[in-house]
Amino acid sequence: MADIDESVLQEWRERLASARRDRTTLRLRGSGTKDFYAEGLEGEVLDLRGWRGVVDYEPSELVISARCGTPLSEVEAALAARDQFLAFEPPAFGADPTIGGVIAAGLSGPRRMFAGAARDFVLGTRLLTAQGELLRFGGQVMKNVAGFDVSRLLCGSLGILGIITEISLKVLPRPRVEETRRLELSAADAVAAFNRWAALPLPLSGAAWSQGSAWVRLSGASTAVRAARERIGGDAVAPSVAEAFWSALRHYQLPFFAADNIWRLSLPPAAAPPDIPVEPLIDWGGALRWYANVPAEMGVRERARAAQGTALQWRGAAPGGRFHPLSPVIARLHRRLKEHFDPDGIFNPGRLIVRV
Amino acid sequence: MAGPEVTDIAAALRAVLPGDRVLERAEERRPYECDGLTAFRELPALVVLPRTDDEVRQTLLTCQRLKVPLVARGSGTGLSGGATPHPSGVLLSCARMSRVLEVDPVNRIARLEPGVPNLKVSEAAAVHGLYYAPDPSSQVACSIGGNVAENSGGVHCLKYGLTVHNVLGLRGYTVEGERIELGGSAPDGPGLDLLALAIGSEGLLLIVTEVTVKLLPRAPCAQLVMASFRDVHSAGDAVAAIIAAGIIPAALEMMDRKATAAVEPFVRAGYDLDAAAILLVEADGTVEEVREQVQEIEGVLRSAGASALRVSGSEAERLRFWSGRKNAFPAAGRLSPDYYCMDGTIPRKHVGRMLQAIEEMETRYGLHCMNVFHAGDGNLHPLILFDANEPGSWERADRFGAEILELCVTLGGTITGEHGVGLEKLNSMCVQFSPAERAAFFGVKESFDPLGLLNPGKLIPTLVRCAEYGRMHVHGGALPHPDLPRF
Repeated sequence: MADIDESVLQEWRERLASARRDRTTLRLRGSGTKDFYAEGLEGEVLDLRGWRGVVDYEPSELVISARCGTPLSEVEAALAARDQFLAFEPPAFGADPTIGGVIAAGLSGPRRMFAGAARDFVLGTRLLTAQGELLRFGGQVMKNVAGFDVSRLLCGSLGILGIITEISLKVLPRPRVEETRRLELSAADAVAAFNRWAALPLPLSGAAWSQGSAWVRLSGASTAVRAARERIGGDAVAPSVAEAFWSALRHYQLPFFAADNIWRLSLPPAAAPPDIPVEPLIDWGGALRWYANVPAEMGVRERARAAQGTALQWRGAAPGGRFHPLSPVIARLHRRLKEHFDPDGIFNPGRLIVRV
Repeated sequence: MAGPEVTDIAAALRAVLPGDRVLERAEERRPYECDGLTAFRELPALVVLPRTDDEVRQTLLTCQRLKVPLVARGSGTGLSGGATPHPSGVLLSCARMSRVLEVDPVNRIARLEPGVPNLKVSEAAAVHGLYYAPDPSSQVACSIGGNVAENSGGVHCLKYGLTVHNVLGLRGYTVEGERIELGGSAPDGPGLDLLALAIGSEGLLLIVTEVTVKLLPRAPCAQLVMASFRDVHSAGDAVAAIIAAGIIPAALEMMDRKATAAVEPFVRAGYDLDAAAILLVEADGTVEEVREQVQEIEGVLRSAGASALRVSGSEAERLRFWSGRKNAFPAAGRLSPDYYCMDGTIPRKHVGRMLQAIEEMETRYGLHCMNVFHAGDGNLHPLILFDANEPGSWERADRFGAEILELCVTLGGTITGEHGVGLEKLNSMCVQFSPAERAAFFGVKESFDPLGLLNPGKLIPTLVRCAEYGRMHVHGGALPHPDLPRF
């Protein structure tokens, strides 16, 4: 599909070779929409936007393959033209990330608990290693168990293992019908209701709570959506209002996300509210709970741990790192994997917990 | 390299485990000499049957101290020799760790010991209207631990995913005997996705002692549409047409005439034996939803040239239509002294082309092959029929299979969709992956298991092995059909 100058990869190879030779480090970057995310930004920027374009898309195969620098908007437009979509609803943060950045960060939107996470849709990747070799893992087929699942390992790896140059993703047909119901409920009652409904064969595709309102999205065949509407009750939400809400939630455009100190708690979906005296924003049917401007002495991490979950400092400085600490065994495995894939430690040092 | 004496290993294990956990006598070890791929047999030096986490840990510590290879085994239903024992190693069977530890209907998860049979999970959850989605054909017997090792599939993957999409967490031990926890009931934890890496790792990275799975609400209704086609190409095109119409059926299976003819006298499923191929298309959901989808599926199949259509009118009829598909393997066993099941995956659009190529190979190798496909996933299970007692027959079947897998790679697919590499497909791995890619796999292996004690020799072929295979099969260092793009 896209015509491309292969010299881009050659230039990158030279940058990798000189970084290894000169013992410098590289900061892999697409559109920079997630510069705020995760740990520090170090190294000389290697802009990955030059390697772009959808390379293969066959709607009847439910697979799209694109180079890392392809804007998310371009991928989504190609899919929309054939009435398909990325069901994990990656966030765009009000701008236009690259598909490489989307997969390297591995973040998923409101449909995550119902349709799957970014990593669930990754079928294959190409990886440019520190040594300049182009490797291929997975492929373009739905089922593939040949070798370790390195493609899914790369999803969410934040570039610490190498440059993801190409990605093949499973795509899905757009739901025939979609509608949203709104109910006035307390946060605790909303979480209880979300989990009650999720145990029933209802076509849920979103369940969030914000400022006194529970928002429930239904997607699927018209008959199924109609039956579910009766079961769930609440008020109908005008399509434009619903679209605006889910889009703002997905892309981090709700006023909530303007705060400069935000915690993201990942919990078992039905977990009792952690004892944090700040009103949360709830997504993923209760499995994702956001808290803004929590006083430092609240011990958010311990409270998340007590609820069998983890806490990530989404915005704001966190002493000892933003990510939930890894156990010593897991941290050691991270170090060893990093050393195997990037022995000189040239890629995104410290961006994701470990450095060589 | 001379390892420690078997008697020394046994003594060391007996020192840390209750007496009945270690099997030493040959007749006790014999049942473990192979898994579902019976062409590969090896008697393990010892068999250990732990009952608890700590017994697993003690076994690992002992093996690590004495540098003894360890092969984990679930129910032994695997089809790629993934659980073939190591002749001087310990075979660790999870059969006695088979408790359902918890079913949590509110968070919709179950915690399981690795030896729990797949079907038992859904049975334990049924009282809550929930079930565990992946359903390999062997689900009565195969264990959840084995499913994790192989990233097993089943007939409902297209809509509900593989094991990797349905397992939320693992607990177990590293080869060093350290406790390790990956994932859990809270989604998307910090760091690299080691859970995804562990699933399908065929026992090479860690030993799992607990699996947390996702439970789904059981659809209240399911209906099966059975369609006949006069030629395999139009059956293949119909599969693509269903997907292109925006329908994701719960299952989408294909059987060719050789397969239907083999199973029909055996199970009397009511298959159309005049059809070159039949499709089984299942819709599930609420009663209204299923009615809507079945109508749509019928419309698409008719336009795609189906010569006959039948819709299951009752649950009994639905199960009867399925019974033929589910009994394809036993039927092959009835038809032929031996059969060899392949497991490649290709893009759906090439299904017709693949069937034609297989027909040509049948003539060339002088062996029959019946075909059952998870057509919705492009996952093929050609069953090559042969007689191991006939000299040269197994060798021909083996080469026939390898050629099918190489064509899968050429067509942009993979050598294994759900059965795993094990020992069986090591040579084919040389075709699918470059030396640098295989080195990356070894890097992953060494990160978890620096001494290489866990299921050694499986999954990743060595350079030497690939070089030898290349000399046999790949002429002049080139792959077959070098002009075709790969992936």
